Amino acid sequence: MVLVQQVLFLLVSIFAIALFARKISSIRKAIFLGKKESINDRKADRWKQVLFLALGQKKMFKKPIPAILHAFVYVGFILINIEVVEILVDGLCGTERAFKPYLGGLYTVAISFFEILAALVLVGVIAFWIRRNILKLKRFTSPELQGAPLQDANRILYIEIVLMSMLLLMNAADPEANFLISQHLKPLFSNWSESTTHLFMRITWWGHILGIFAFLNYLPYSKHLHIIMAFPNAYYSRLDPQGTVANMPEIQQEVLYMMEPATAPATTDAAPMSFGAKDVTDLSWKHLLDAFSCTECGRCTEQCPANITGKKLSPRKIMMDTRDRAEEISAQMDKQGNITPDGKSLLHNYISVEELRACTTCNACVEACPVGIEPLSIIMQLRRNLIMEESNAPQEWNMMFGNIENNMAPWKLSPDDRDAWTQS
Amino acid sequence: MNIKSMAAFAAEGSSPEILFWVGCAGSFDQRAQRVTKAFASILEKVGLSFAILGKEEMCTGDPARRSGNEFLFQMMAYNNIQTMNAYNIKRIVTTCPHCFNVLKNEYPALGGNYEVVHHTTLIQELINDGRIQLKEGGSFKGKRITYHDSCYLGRANNVYEAPRAVLEALDVELVEMKRCRTNGLCCGAGGAQMFKEDEPGTTRINFERSEEALATGASIIASNCPFCTTMLSDGVKKFEQEDNVQIMDIAELVAASLK
Repeated sequence: MVLVQQVLFLLVSIFAIALFARKISSIRKAIFLGKKESINDRKADRWKQVLFLALGQKKMFKKPIPAILHAFVYVGFILINIEVVEILVDGLCGTERAFKPYLGGLYTVAISFFEILAALVLVGVIAFWIRRNILKLKRFTSPELQGAPLQDANRILYIEIVLMSMLLLMNAADPEANFLISQHLKPLFSNWSESTTHLFMRITWWGHILGIFAFLNYLPYSKHLHIIMAFPNAYYSRLDPQGTVANMPEIQQEVLYMMEPATAPATTDAAPMSFGAKDVTDLSWKHLLDAFSCTECGRCTEQCPANITGKKLSPRKIMMDTRDRAEEISAQMDKQGNITPDGKSLLHNYISVEELRACTTCNACVEACPVGIEPLSIIMQLRRNLIMEESNAPQEWNMMFGNIENNMAPWKLSPDDRDAWTQS
Repeated sequence: MNIKSMAAFAAEGSSPEILFWVGCAGSFDQRAQRVTKAFASILEKVGLSFAILGKEEMCTGDPARRSGNEFLFQMMAYNNIQTMNAYNIKRIVTTCPHCFNVLKNEYPALGGNYEVVHHTTLIQELINDGRIQLKEGGSFKGKRITYHDSCYLGRANNVYEAPRAVLEALDVELVEMKRCRTNGLCCGAGGAQMFKEDEPGTTRINFERSEEALATGASIIASNCPFCTTMLSDGVKKFEQEDNVQIMDIAELVAASLK
């Protein structure tokens, strides 16, 4: 019987891990649908971002209550996973509590500590569920969260509740163990025979580990992927001042040739390029990494002045749309082996002109993001495509462009009067 | 005012300590011109030698770039950098945070490398060095004043403290809005919104921000950006508070308090 379980465990583990690895490699492919961009300067500063933003959750603490609840779940998740090492050893060797003989009294202390963490995770997760489903905080009721995204969020919470409950029940059902929190659950089994209790313990043990494997494999399909992606995303996030818009060297070059024709090469065999981004394949891979790192918390949208005043723009939706579109193209590629035009694009089919036009480039969304995502950078790339590829600008902007070009100021005023203020 | 241009300095074979980049709003907008003059009067008073580019100055290209017209931005940048490099400009001060951001962060990639400061930072330095002497018990002493962080000075460039230090030096009673510093709410003008109508929504951004500023009970809203000043003035008018609440640039507050 034990051997059957061992073999079964080995097979399930291999299957679960292989499935996860396959999905992660497909996400990797989806991210690299984006254009190449080299980001490997100032390594020390980048590791600092990982340390403060991702590991230290610096920006989360702008909102103390969710920060503390999130810290419960985060710390619990990381530390309780140490126990998973024992579960793996037990599963493969057919043992029960393999580390116990080596740790003695310390073992009870350690597991009791994990139980405290598990209880705090439960507190955090239940509070999150209440905030989302009962209190219906504004951040969680935006139009872009209706339907699948809300179900996704709740599913994650349910899985975590099940995992933590399994852990506590398993410990409670162990007749030889007496841990800090689970001992109070022992009366549940007071009328059960020893063999039934042991069977129940095995069931919860299996439930816990199967739950972990299910969670692992649901993760890449979920917004919850941020628990992995937050780390690389923090590493690759911007170090320059937030106000700096990415330069376009290809246009800089064009203008130089125009202003100084002598510098222009006689012939050019450069392929015609398009400016800005129409689809995710025109964005940088970092934009797509951003999209896969987004956990749809909505801190960006909550801070967005356009969204606050009822405009359609929601930075969170920009990120969700970008991920959805990247996954759509990636799925097509898996099916057909190459990217075939499907008559759709991120611009227009997912993100509308009205949304893009509402942005004040104020950087509130960028500042708000706990993991260093930059919705503004995607908005800028789409705006560039609208103006330079589609000549799609509101009439007032066209007038402003004309004024800058002819009068060197955004208003229709004579450049000769630029220093008139010195005379008055 | 007798303001010298870079061309005038060059003709004499000399150069000023600093270039005052006036910007389009500061040059043409009547309200912003008052800030320009106030700041120039401070520089004159402390005897800091400065020049303007005058007719040679052009739009930095900020609204063009942020609306998506990179081509136009690059043309403006090329011309401005040519002009400034020809004058061998080293240091620039500007009263517009949008110009400040472009000159400081975006021109270097295009060959324009200058030390750029925003006027609020320069004023604070001059106060610290004792070069700006403020009146004892000036007209703003004890006055309830709130300060609006512009996006391009604040979040874009992390300048939060210098303007506040200036207000402190003026002995005002500084009251913060709920959304301040990194959480400051935009006035609604950035990203070339200044030059177009709002997209459909429930209210205007400048109304939302002005309401918040008025709620502090301050009699003056201190600003550091010509566009914020315009947006907040319109917002305050909307709530019919223009007779009770003034929007003043940090430079105006200081200019009115000089010894």
